[in-house]
Amino acid sequence: MVEEASEHPRIVTAKEEILNRVRRAVLDRKLERESDYAYIPRQYNTVSVLNDHDLLELFISRLQDYGSSVYECNEPYISGAVGAALAERKLRKLITGRDFPSGWIPAGFDFYQDNGFDYQQINSFEGVITTCALAIAETGTIILRHAGEEPRRALSLIPDYHLCIVFAAQVVETVSQAVRQMATMGDVPLTTISGPSATSDIEMTRIKGVHGPRTLDVIVVIR
Amino acid sequence: MLISLFIACYNDTLFPETGRAVVSLLEKLGHDVDFPSAQTCCGQMHYNTGYKKDALAMMQGFLKTFDDAEVICIPSSSCVAMIREHYPKMAAQSKDPVLIRAIDDLLPRVFEFSELLVDKLGLTDVGAFFPHTVTLHPSCHSLRSLRVGDKPVQLLSQVRGLKLIELKESDQCCGFGGTFAIKNPDVSAAMLSDKVTCVLDTRAEICTALDNSCLMHISGALTRQRTGVRCLHIAEILASTEHGESA
Amino acid sequence: MGNTQLRHNVRHATDVIRNKRAKVVAEVSDWEQLRQSAHEIKQHTLRHLDFYLQQFESACKAAGAQVHWARDADEANGIVVGLLKSHRAEEVIKVKTMTSDEVRLNDALEEAGITPIETDLADLIVQLGEDKPSHIVVPALHRNKMEIRRLFMKKMGLEELGDQPEDLTAAARTYLREKFLRVPAAISGANFAVAETGTVCVVESEGNGRMCVTLPEVLISLVGIEKLVPRFADLEVFLQLLPRSATGERMNPYNSFWTGVTHGDGPREFHVILLDNGRTEVLKDEESRETLDCIRCGACLNACPVYRQTGGHAYGSVYGGPIGAILTPQLQSLHHSQTLPYASSLCGACYEVCPVKINIPEILIHLRNKIVERHDDPLTERFAMRAAASAMADSSRLEMAQTLGRIGQIPFAENGVITHLPGILSGWTDVRDLNSIPKESFRAWWKKHLNTLE
Repeated sequence: MVEEASEHPRIVTAKEEILNRVRRAVLDRKLERESDYAYIPRQYNTVSVLNDHDLLELFISRLQDYGSSVYECNEPYISGAVGAALAERKLRKLITGRDFPSGWIPAGFDFYQDNGFDYQQINSFEGVITTCALAIAETGTIILRHAGEEPRRALSLIPDYHLCIVFAAQVVETVSQAVRQMATMGDVPLTTISGPSATSDIEMTRIKGVHGPRTLDVIVVIR
Repeated sequence: MLISLFIACYNDTLFPETGRAVVSLLEKLGHDVDFPSAQTCCGQMHYNTGYKKDALAMMQGFLKTFDDAEVICIPSSSCVAMIREHYPKMAAQSKDPVLIRAIDDLLPRVFEFSELLVDKLGLTDVGAFFPHTVTLHPSCHSLRSLRVGDKPVQLLSQVRGLKLIELKESDQCCGFGGTFAIKNPDVSAAMLSDKVTCVLDTRAEICTALDNSCLMHISGALTRQRTGVRCLHIAEILASTEHGESA
Repeated sequence: MGNTQLRHNVRHATDVIRNKRAKVVAEVSDWEQLRQSAHEIKQHTLRHLDFYLQQFESACKAAGAQVHWARDADEANGIVVGLLKSHRAEEVIKVKTMTSDEVRLNDALEEAGITPIETDLADLIVQLGEDKPSHIVVPALHRNKMEIRRLFMKKMGLEELGDQPEDLTAAARTYLREKFLRVPAAISGANFAVAETGTVCVVESEGNGRMCVTLPEVLISLVGIEKLVPRFADLEVFLQLLPRSATGERMNPYNSFWTGVTHGDGPREFHVILLDNGRTEVLKDEESRETLDCIRCGACLNACPVYRQTGGHAYGSVYGGPIGAILTPQLQSLHHSQTLPYASSLCGACYEVCPVKINIPEILIHLRNKIVERHDDPLTERFAMRAAASAMADSSRLEMAQTLGRIGQIPFAENGVITHLPGILSGWTDVRDLNSIPKESFRAWWKKHLNTLE
């Protein structure tokens, strides 16, 4: 039986063509993928060596290197620390996420909870207060997980001042430890923040603060 | 010990005094030196410029010449880098098991000159006398491929009368790079200019190195600019005694 | 080479970053292990790239994104323009991405009547100055602050502006903030794309990245297929290597990670364009495939003694410096940019600092070899190399060549020095002397020496 030639030759999609090119290009696959992956050497450090006290000290010192003011307190006194930070920076009108604990809010300031504000409205706030999901001592990094209690990204991005509340138990020592935890945080957006925004683009002078919050302060809750 | 000398083609032709110094020093230290005269070139220039086939032929020539040499001394770190880094690669690409084995067998027998003295002969004091101020340019191959570390400094520090002055920005390439200097003369000249500035800043009388290729480049500018600063291969310094410099 | 301001800036910047990098790298005791793992992760990913691309596409789509594939620059630009036009976008804000420079996206956008707005400070300066970037990581290196001040005043319509860097960045902040809060479409690249989860990661310092990937309604990310890594956890390696290598910091200010679309947070529509544009060509050659490991840190530029003299504009391609010398020719299948692999003295400084251990000198030699094999080397060079190889074939020929050389130099040598050489060799003697060939070669001396020993 003679097959009839097709009148409409099938068009190869870009995806198919690229994948074909890849397959034709890689002729030296000796191992199947999972074994090949398992063979990747991983001799870099992954464990923590610092004790809790030194860990926290390192974290605070890194933050201070970035120019952040760091306030230490115990949990019952968070609102006091918040008040002190805001008074120091002379700020009044602030925004938080929806589920921000009211017990942490000091009197004498104008606090608003996110109510679906548009960007111009968010831009009218002087500062934002958030918690975080995780922090890294080695690099002075704060990690925000934008889901659940943590507000949407725009909130911690647009205002010029960001105050972040970090619990001591949330601080890990190394980038490795942090990324491994981040890998379990699901499909939600994550932002890592290490100091305020900066650029070195004008004659190599490092200027702090271009578009993100130009001032970042941290409250470290010890217990 | 019987030490076989691979002089390097450019030393043979342009810097025979370096070879004479190597022979003189090794004999003074009580060793026998052999010079297998069938030797020509290690093939580096051709390999680096993209003429691998020609380099392969020279590699085979090298193997044949030094087949039964127990210790091979080479006063040129770029040649040693060629042999250590690229001979195994060329052998592997040839897929010839005999050739691969031959290179495996060759590598442990090859020593750059300062490596020979410090590692093989266990010496840092070779009894030299050289009452001059000297600065050392660490050639890229000795620094990054051979990783000779401070062997040259150790050797120079033991030379009586010698004052060693540290070269600033020493890890910067001098701009020779073989055919690079010919193909990219402007950039090469700019790199050379920076190197010469650093050399002159030391106010040393002599600039030394493990490689005459770099020294040829640097001295070319030093003499053109009539600076009065000379270049000498380290072998010539180490072979100098009270009875006169070897150069 | 001519522009002294650029050369001075390049010299200063590369020295500063090089020193910063050295300092923070010295702090990391497992730096070499990290480099090795990074290299192997990338090589593994490339070996199984078809699987990982498909895995990424599935995960990304499952999270609400749309994934497109582009074989070449034109196709990629067509997709971007098509998407923006379907949203009637007249402007689009952009985060730094060399990939968009590579495909010349801005030209395509402008042709379609869409205005691209660069938001990285340096790229903004380059764009307002109608110029080209001069360095991978610090593109406006060729401008000093007086030039930038004049530019901003003119293009931003400012009557007054201070001349300190703080004043200039404040002006940029105000100018761009208006756009961030208003423009509904953005284009980004990606530093990493995680196959397993469909996550895209953008690494930055200024905050414009966060602005562009968060605030607009529509986000389009142009992702070279080599940006993939297998698992989220693999980022632990790269997030240590990249900031230290690129800007000499322990960690850069902001990293953004997002997967598909998130209700109530960020763009409603997210498109990923997976781009080939010659990468599969590079993939073919097993020896030089590792060129695709590059994470665009720019450390090789800062280490390179050639780049220190010339700056990026001299390389004539989007990717400059050592990585540019091997990437650009390969993306173009060696049909163009053939002089690039020769613009190196093979000093090895780049390989030493490359966080993913790309053996750039080795690949340069490999490419030179390919050019020679295709007979694309200049005829004079081939002739000279042939002659040299022939002379080195055995020792008697070498001795003959030495004799000929001694004779041949006679017109040029005076008092043991050669000051002028003809033809291309004049490049040498323009700035250097050359010792003339000594009368007695080493091997000739050795023959006599043997006699004295006996």
